[in-house]
Amino acid sequence: MDFLNALVVFANFVLVPATAYGAQLALGALGVTLIFGILRFSNFAHGDTMAFGTMITILVTWALQAAGVTFGPLPTALLALPVAVGVTALLLLGTDRMVYRFYRKVRAAPVILVMVSLGVMFVMNALVRFGIGVNEYRFDDGARFVVDARTFREMTGLAEGLAIRSTQVITLVTAVIVVAALFWFLKRTRTGKSMRAFSDNEDLALLSGINPERVVAVTWIITAALATTAGVLYGLDKSFKAFTYFQLLLPIFASAIVGGLGSPIGAIAGGFIIAFSEITVTYAFKRVVTYVVPENPAPEGLMQLLSTDYKFAVSFTILIIVLLFKPTGLFKGQQS
Amino acid sequence: MKKLLLTSAASFALMAGAAAAQDIKIGIILGFTGPLESITPNMAAGAELAISEVNEAGTLLDGQTISVVRADSTCIDASAATAAAERLITAEGVSALMGADCSGVTTAILHNVAKPNGVVMVSPSATSPALSADDDDGLFFRTAPSDARQGAVMADIIRDRGISSVAVTYTNNDYGKGLADSFASAFTEAGGTVTINAAHEDGKADYSAEVGALASAGGEVLVVAGYVDQGGRGIIQAAVDTGAFDVFVLPDGMYGESLVENIGSALDGSFGQYPGTDSEGATTYAEMAREAGFDGTSAFSAESYDAAALIMLAMQAAGSSNPGDFKDHIMSVANEPGEEILPGELAKGIEILKNGGDINYVGATAVELIGTGESAGSYREIEIRDGAIEIVGYR
Repeated sequence: MDFLNALVVFANFVLVPATAYGAQLALGALGVTLIFGILRFSNFAHGDTMAFGTMITILVTWALQAAGVTFGPLPTALLALPVAVGVTALLLLGTDRMVYRFYRKVRAAPVILVMVSLGVMFVMNALVRFGIGVNEYRFDDGARFVVDARTFREMTGLAEGLAIRSTQVITLVTAVIVVAALFWFLKRTRTGKSMRAFSDNEDLALLSGINPERVVAVTWIITAALATTAGVLYGLDKSFKAFTYFQLLLPIFASAIVGGLGSPIGAIAGGFIIAFSEITVTYAFKRVVTYVVPENPAPEGLMQLLSTDYKFAVSFTILIIVLLFKPTGLFKGQQS
Repeated sequence: MKKLLLTSAASFALMAGAAAAQDIKIGIILGFTGPLESITPNMAAGAELAISEVNEAGTLLDGQTISVVRADSTCIDASAATAAAERLITAEGVSALMGADCSGVTTAILHNVAKPNGVVMVSPSATSPALSADDDDGLFFRTAPSDARQGAVMADIIRDRGISSVAVTYTNNDYGKGLADSFASAFTEAGGTVTINAAHEDGKADYSAEVGALASAGGEVLVVAGYVDQGGRGIIQAAVDTGAFDVFVLPDGMYGESLVENIGSALDGSFGQYPGTDSEGATTYAEMAREAGFDGTSAFSAESYDAAALIMLAMQAAGSSNPGDFKDHIMSVANEPGEEILPGELAKGIEILKNGGDINYVGATAVELIGTGESAGSYREIEIRDGAIEIVGYR
């Protein structure tokens, strides 16, 4: 019984939130890794692309809600998502046409493209603030819980409760669907294959008649879908605020780099590694330990390695360790 | 001696400035944006109610009128608040500041702007204990009590409910830390246990990690010394979601209708306190506010009325709108001896002062200034029942 209680506490405060957060990071990191693999630069504007996509979703959600449209127990935002993906794709394609294409033509060094994306980031930053403002928004409607803590306690008779929010389940299900679709697309379709060829060896791909502009355009569209989905899932699960999305850039890049930039599998693994380390390192294990070792009196301290304020430091540290010892990441990504 | 000379020189300069202006200006500097944005409109309305009351009577300083200039303190950004206060004093030429609201920005304005310019500041809601000991040249007053007092009251309320172990989380600033520390020491002294006293940052998307640590430490209730529109709400939301705590203790910064609207029925049974009294003045003020079209029971609204009233009564007592003159009269109009003045009776107070009499301003919050000029403090104990905030007692 005590062991079960320990397990439930751990699941409630670590396992469930970290899994949902990991899925959100993984989707974000997939976008970063895709851009890096095919366009060969680190896209600093990715966090704000997520914010932009989420902003459009929120605006459309409000419009739908005003029109009386809801999605039953699921959040209305999921209905708004496809529209937002479309708008975000248009924005990214427009940015590519206006900004990136020039630098691609002159074959600019990757570091120049990184700086360019930094500029794009600031523009998108401002777009989002103009569009929706700097405040925090919650746009989650529909059922809030799959299982809430009180019901769980009553059902199982355990002392500890386990809460699973519907947004966490939606996050996981959506992430699995999106990832499966992405891998199928990359492995099975002609366009996907040409993208991989372009990523592996640009010159050879060009020689074999692959249209580079088409590959680039498809990449941006997929990135728009990934970024918007990641942003909306994060916003549904937590809340939307322009500034927190900007801050997400660090864990997302850490995930992509830890997994190996350019490797989609790596991005997913990286997302979960970062999420679980951020949460386990800053979690206070006192309650779990008290259940597992019942004979001993409760430990004096909180059994917490780092205060929760240092969450971002965790992803930074992992990033540095990986860059020092395995610069290509765990799954052998590309090197710039 | 040198200081005296400097002050005289400063007041002379200000007097010259004031003489040039047609009417007296009072600056209202509150966080119209930021963590307190949901309660500041009612605070400003309270101060403006007092000012329009005096203007209608038209007797202040032989018929001078007062105009109001509003500015945004942002509550959290000290440099923005300093710049706003600087503008009020140098560009608008205000004689006094009604504000600021949050303790951090209040301290910044006091030291960077009010003191160098010799302008009186009366804050309705800065409650950090640190402000009591600040060297303020006699320019700073507050109609809100120090959190040292609130900490003790909150400890009493919790003990009286038979709760002996609590977890505490506070917003990482002067207000949060001051309140959490004064509460923790009062509660421990009374024999209770504080299992954890941890800070949280405002403005994050997700507080489940913070709540994880709090839940691990345990405790029968969670004391949230935060802000209602910020991290405080996030903490409560995450704690409710994970089932970590069922009952929350809500001090003044967490008092607001928006909390109940956002969290819903899960808050039932939570309790707390915020400054306020059951005095005659409080009821009168609530009635006056209702007629004026705003909610006078909103947190710190009555304190704002009193802050503005004290400024104007002190001006009358000094016979001058020069801050250097009337700063010494704030304590005497607020305290005994003298005739008691309630809200709505400001004209009567001015009349008595004009005829050389004494007044004891009681106002909407039973003002009694102690120490270096801060309210002695009485509190309303609240409890949330069926999704509504109810006042269950006074302390």
